[in-house]
Amino acid sequence: MIKSTQDNSNKGDNKVITMAVGAGGKTTKTIISSLFLPRFSNDYLAEMGDGAVIDLQSNRIAFSTDSFVVSPLFFPGGSIGDLAVNGTVNDLAACGARPVAISLALILEEGLLLSTLEKIADSIMHASEQANVKIVTGDTKVVEKGKADGCYINTSGIGIINENVTGLGPKNILPEDTVIITGSIGDHGTAIMVERGDLGITADITSDTVALADPINAVLDKCGSAVHAMRDPTRGGLATVLNEMAESSHVGIEIDEERIPIKREVRAVSELLGIDPLYIASEGRMAIFADPNYQDEILAILQTFPQSKDACAIGKVVSEHPGFVLENTVFGGQRIIDLLVGDPLPRIC
Amino acid sequence: MKYADEYRDAAKALALSEKIKEVCIPGKKYKIMEICGGHTHAIYKYGITKYLPEQIELVHGPGCPVCVIPLGRVDDAISISQEDVIFTCFGDMMRVPGNKRSLGDAKAQGADVRIVYSPLDALHIAKTESDREVVFFGIGFETTAPATAIALKQAKELKLSNFSIFCNHVTIIPPLVSILEKEDTEIDAFIGPGHVAAVVGCQIFEEVANNYSKPVVVSGFEPLDILQSVYMIIKQFHDGICKVENQYSRVVPYYGNKVAIETINETMEVRPYFEWRGLGTIKNSGLKIRSEYGDFDAENKFYIPGIKISEPRACQCGQVLQGKIKPNECKVFGKACTPEKPIGTCMVSSEGACAAYYNYGRFAFAAK
Repeated sequence: MIKSTQDNSNKGDNKVITMAVGAGGKTTKTIISSLFLPRFSNDYLAEMGDGAVIDLQSNRIAFSTDSFVVSPLFFPGGSIGDLAVNGTVNDLAACGARPVAISLALILEEGLLLSTLEKIADSIMHASEQANVKIVTGDTKVVEKGKADGCYINTSGIGIINENVTGLGPKNILPEDTVIITGSIGDHGTAIMVERGDLGITADITSDTVALADPINAVLDKCGSAVHAMRDPTRGGLATVLNEMAESSHVGIEIDEERIPIKREVRAVSELLGIDPLYIASEGRMAIFADPNYQDEILAILQTFPQSKDACAIGKVVSEHPGFVLENTVFGGQRIIDLLVGDPLPRIC
Repeated sequence: MKYADEYRDAAKALALSEKIKEVCIPGKKYKIMEICGGHTHAIYKYGITKYLPEQIELVHGPGCPVCVIPLGRVDDAISISQEDVIFTCFGDMMRVPGNKRSLGDAKAQGADVRIVYSPLDALHIAKTESDREVVFFGIGFETTAPATAIALKQAKELKLSNFSIFCNHVTIIPPLVSILEKEDTEIDAFIGPGHVAAVVGCQIFEEVANNYSKPVVVSGFEPLDILQSVYMIIKQFHDGICKVENQYSRVVPYYGNKVAIETINETMEVRPYFEWRGLGTIKNSGLKIRSEYGDFDAENKFYIPGIKISEPRACQCGQVLQGKIKPNECKVFGKACTPEKPIGTCMVSSEGACAAYYNYGRFAFAAK
């Protein structure tokens, strides 16, 4: 059930979230019925129970959770609301599942504008519609001013495993597997860095936040057994995902610099800051490890969806140098793509 | 991407590689030092040595500003950070270990240490948080010194009373001379630092070419820039000449940036002695804030312990910085000393020779 606290002492566009505890009171009821229910309306929420009771048609389910603390709350291409829905949906998709339902838990800072919360709720509504997933249960807490940064969101989700999936995960990765990425990397992280404004850079870059359950399930419907592992390159970027896969599956991975899709603006900003785009987060991309014989078919399916139209193969799995990720550079050299130490920090000269 | 891709063309690299081989004197070994950490980084990131014949060896010099800061100065900085101040520094300095801990450790233990991208960002904090004392950890060669100089001038104009700089700026020529004066030095020529030269010009390297007969080619930072600079150096030996040349003329004026030089000279003066990591104390190699700007000198405002700390015994950063050994020849490289747990500064900064080796080349070394 969605509970919230808000009193009526402040009025108009400047209404803010207050500490007044309204759980169960009239104000809570008002905010649920006026703000949340109209946006997320479905049969499960309408029950207003302590949780949702869902009849799943399968006993092979995926369950995932993620928390979102992004600053700023709104950025070119999306908001914390989009991330909260798409992030969990994509985690489920990476497990080979079609998302069914997600929970929504909000932690709000006292003083947050009600209009800001409405905008966040709007984006959650749109993102969940796009992803074809229902918000079936939720919760809201308010903390004192200064104890949080506007709004934090946690979403958890369940999904039904695609019936064509036979085995998915790092242990299924085999030498010679192709490595596919569903689109350009680093857009989200770069958009956030630029939007924060403390680098004094302006650039036309929008976040790539988008739900990938549809294209991924379309691939699984046709070539389920050919897909060996998937992971979305969020925090730490593509480099981190590839390293995690190489390490846990005891294989080597080789990627080709010239085949990795990086937008011109993202390259320019990362060149300026001395940050490698391979380590910058995406929020709407998937790295797919699959049987090379199915590479063209998988790419053809992905490319029919707008959110994965730029999908391409970037490298392959090898039996040599297990645990290491190497990149063949456009300059003709080869370098190690290692895990990052600490935050990606700009060089100083 | 314009101004980048055209300098990373593998076909052009192959062509240059052939030209280099053509001018190499048969049987002669060339040991070329790239002074700047930016060059070291690029050499390993792009695998430039693959295009060089075996008779040419690239060795790393003392030009990574983070790498040459001695342990004692890091401890002095940590000491200032304990004084209820906002202590600001470049990102790389956070992880440089002092005797016992780094500024990052001090931050985790409660000190207000913040990363900035420029001393002007630190100045901005001083303006907006006027009830707090703000200190900036000034490090770097003549490349970063102009920004520190501008911050000093602006602080004076604004009559700020809560801003100061802990000045650790150094100059490029004295450490080179120090290396060349050592009896066992084997350096034949230098790839000159493009960013430093953009400020001070190419002519300051004439001392190296004229007095020590070592060719210097000031170079850009893209892989083809570096290959072309190597070609220009080898060509000098082939032609029997020794001079300073400017490969990076699209950025570097031969006589540098007059305004930047004047601004440095107006606000800072040469220290008689300054300690360098691994190189010891070098005459006239550091910069200090002039007395006219003494109100903004952290060394006047705060107690500086100034304790000399000897290098960790296992660490061979000093020999790496003088080009005597390759990073992977150091006893602790990749074992006790890694980017996650660095012993020496060369492993901390992304421009440090050891970090560059570790990040880009250790697999190739292991394979060999």
